[in-house]
Amino acid sequence: MNAVSVEHITKTYLQKEQKKEKKVTALDDVSFTVDKGELFGIIGPDGAGKTSLFRILTTVLLADSGKASVEGLDVVKDYRKIRDRVGYMPGKFSLYQDLTVEENLNFFATIFNTTVKKNYELIKDIYVQLEPFKKRRAGALSGGMKQKLALCCALIHKPSILFLDEPTTGVDPVSRRDFWDMIKKLKEQDIAILVSTAYMDEANMCEKIALIQKGNILTVSSPEKITSEFDQPLLAVRSDDMYQLLYDLRANKAVKEAYPFGAYYHVIPEDANKTKELEAYLQQKGQKDLEVKPIKANIEDSFIALMKKND
Amino acid sequence: MKRLLSFVIKEFHHIFRDRRTMLILLGMPIVQIILFGFAVTNEVNNASIAIWDQSKDEATTQIIQRISSSKYFDIEQSLHSKEGIEGAFKKGKVKMVIVFPQRFRESLLHEHNAEVQLIADASDLNTASTLTNYASSIIMRYQADILDADIPYQVKTNIKMLYNPNLESAYNFVPGVMGLILMLISAMMTSVSIVREKEMGTMEVLLVSPVKAYMVIISKVIPYLVLSLVNIISIILLSVYALGVPVTGNLVLLIGESILFIITSLSLGITISTVTKSQQAAMLISMMGLMLPTILLSGFIFPIENMPVVLQVISNIVPAKWYIDIVRMVMIKGLGFGAVMKDTIILTGITMLFIIISLLRFKTRLE
Repeated sequence: MNAVSVEHITKTYLQKEQKKEKKVTALDDVSFTVDKGELFGIIGPDGAGKTSLFRILTTVLLADSGKASVEGLDVVKDYRKIRDRVGYMPGKFSLYQDLTVEENLNFFATIFNTTVKKNYELIKDIYVQLEPFKKRRAGALSGGMKQKLALCCALIHKPSILFLDEPTTGVDPVSRRDFWDMIKKLKEQDIAILVSTAYMDEANMCEKIALIQKGNILTVSSPEKITSEFDQPLLAVRSDDMYQLLYDLRANKAVKEAYPFGAYYHVIPEDANKTKELEAYLQQKGQKDLEVKPIKANIEDSFIALMKKND
Repeated sequence: MKRLLSFVIKEFHHIFRDRRTMLILLGMPIVQIILFGFAVTNEVNNASIAIWDQSKDEATTQIIQRISSSKYFDIEQSLHSKEGIEGAFKKGKVKMVIVFPQRFRESLLHEHNAEVQLIADASDLNTASTLTNYASSIIMRYQADILDADIPYQVKTNIKMLYNPNLESAYNFVPGVMGLILMLISAMMTSVSIVREKEMGTMEVLLVSPVKAYMVIISKVIPYLVLSLVNIISIILLSVYALGVPVTGNLVLLIGESILFIITSLSLGITISTVTKSQQAAMLISMMGLMLPTILLSGFIFPIENMPVVLQVISNIVPAKWYIDIVRMVMIKGLGFGAVMKDTIILTGITMLFIIISLLRFKTRLE
């Protein structure tokens, strides 16, 4: 039995725009499965349909068509049973801001018919960081601390499957790393975890990922496999005049694709063996401090390539 | 049980930690009672008047004595000329001038026809008509007293104001304020607090938990029920000890009926929360949809009997109308349950209706 199985799920919203009702497709015929105990990432930009998908799986939203099940339970028919056993952390901070850290945790433990003491083992590693602030109101916590508290509250009833909707959005890089360490530790407890993120670099933390764009799943596989399937040569290019560089790159016919990536441009040339010619061309255009090096593709490169293919 | 308890405790935390909510909940009843009790009233006390007494005889002295000893009037000055009247009004202090003509007593006794002129400042219409009424009745009573022996046949009206012998306006507004406050606090506060859970996203988390819909609702309702009861008791205490309006009837019955009305308002609040998505919308609907009809159509300020038939019909679905009626019967008139049975049954019916609607409309999902 799969932890999660999604078959042909479609979801549309009616959106009012200048008095006209417009149909917006949030999820378009989405299918995938998540194995038991798997750390599964849903990776895609804002507006890709991640939150809609999470809401359908946590039974708070109904799909237009298609079938989905969590631990073999149907999300429509058996929604009560699903609600008893999953842990859900919505994308928006959804705890009581006027209750203290301790009160929030105790409250969520009680409504799931358990106590903080009983499942303390599970949240110990996270909660020790919150302990110094336990008398503080949740609304006064920092962004990272809020997310840690939300994770504790979602975990306190020892769910067999955990849904984390963009847990690291709005969290500083150090806390983000912390957060992923925690998620990985939870995996050892045999809890299946579905996590969504818009940060491509976080994809590598997952065992398996689904790349999602405009309601369509582009691919489902392990991050390594996805990047290894990137079948084109790839160069990283930089110089002292980055603005002009992009212009020059795009003007060159031997360049298929050039887009910014960190301090570099990632360039897909027509021919991998003509790197020298490209370098000469850029130097002739007057680019100084030029650096051109072949690199291996990462998830974002794969994502952009898949997106182009899909369009 | 434990779950419900922690839910209710959480709810109390929300209320006690929000100063504005606390202020509205516990401050409003006191402010309203005091406002209506001492500021918003039709009674005029200690109005400044002036007198131009041209005859200065026994009769006018006696009338002036009676007027000055009543609590309604303060004689500010005596005038000596026609021009003085205009001047007195222009200074703005004097609200009414009483003019006795020359030879007042003689005309009264021999010609059986004496006139007193009352000149009032009608730029403030209500005060003017109230003052002239007070003054006329004092003069009429004087006339009755001195003529009693002389005329063999006369018709006397003997007016007795039942239940409110002193015509205190507090007797009228205490039931109204009770209805208004309970409606506002119970309905508005519950609807806002449920909608807040939706707005803050906490409802989403609650939905994905074993908590059932009715549990969320009951836990929201209990704290406001308790606080409304505190309000009822403080209003009753204020009206008895500060305004001198006694509870003539059975106190237990009064509180029982109040609890029924609180539950009606709570169920109304829950219904509002199921149809609105933002706190502002909930607040607006509660204000417009509840407060205005409660003030205008409940008979609190304007008598329902004077309204056009359409409004009279509509007033029947305003729950406060029935409650205010009940409070008048029980608290002011001192009647028993038999007198308010019809109102009680109607209120119960309205309550059931709202509870059913809110249970049907309460969503187990987000949309």
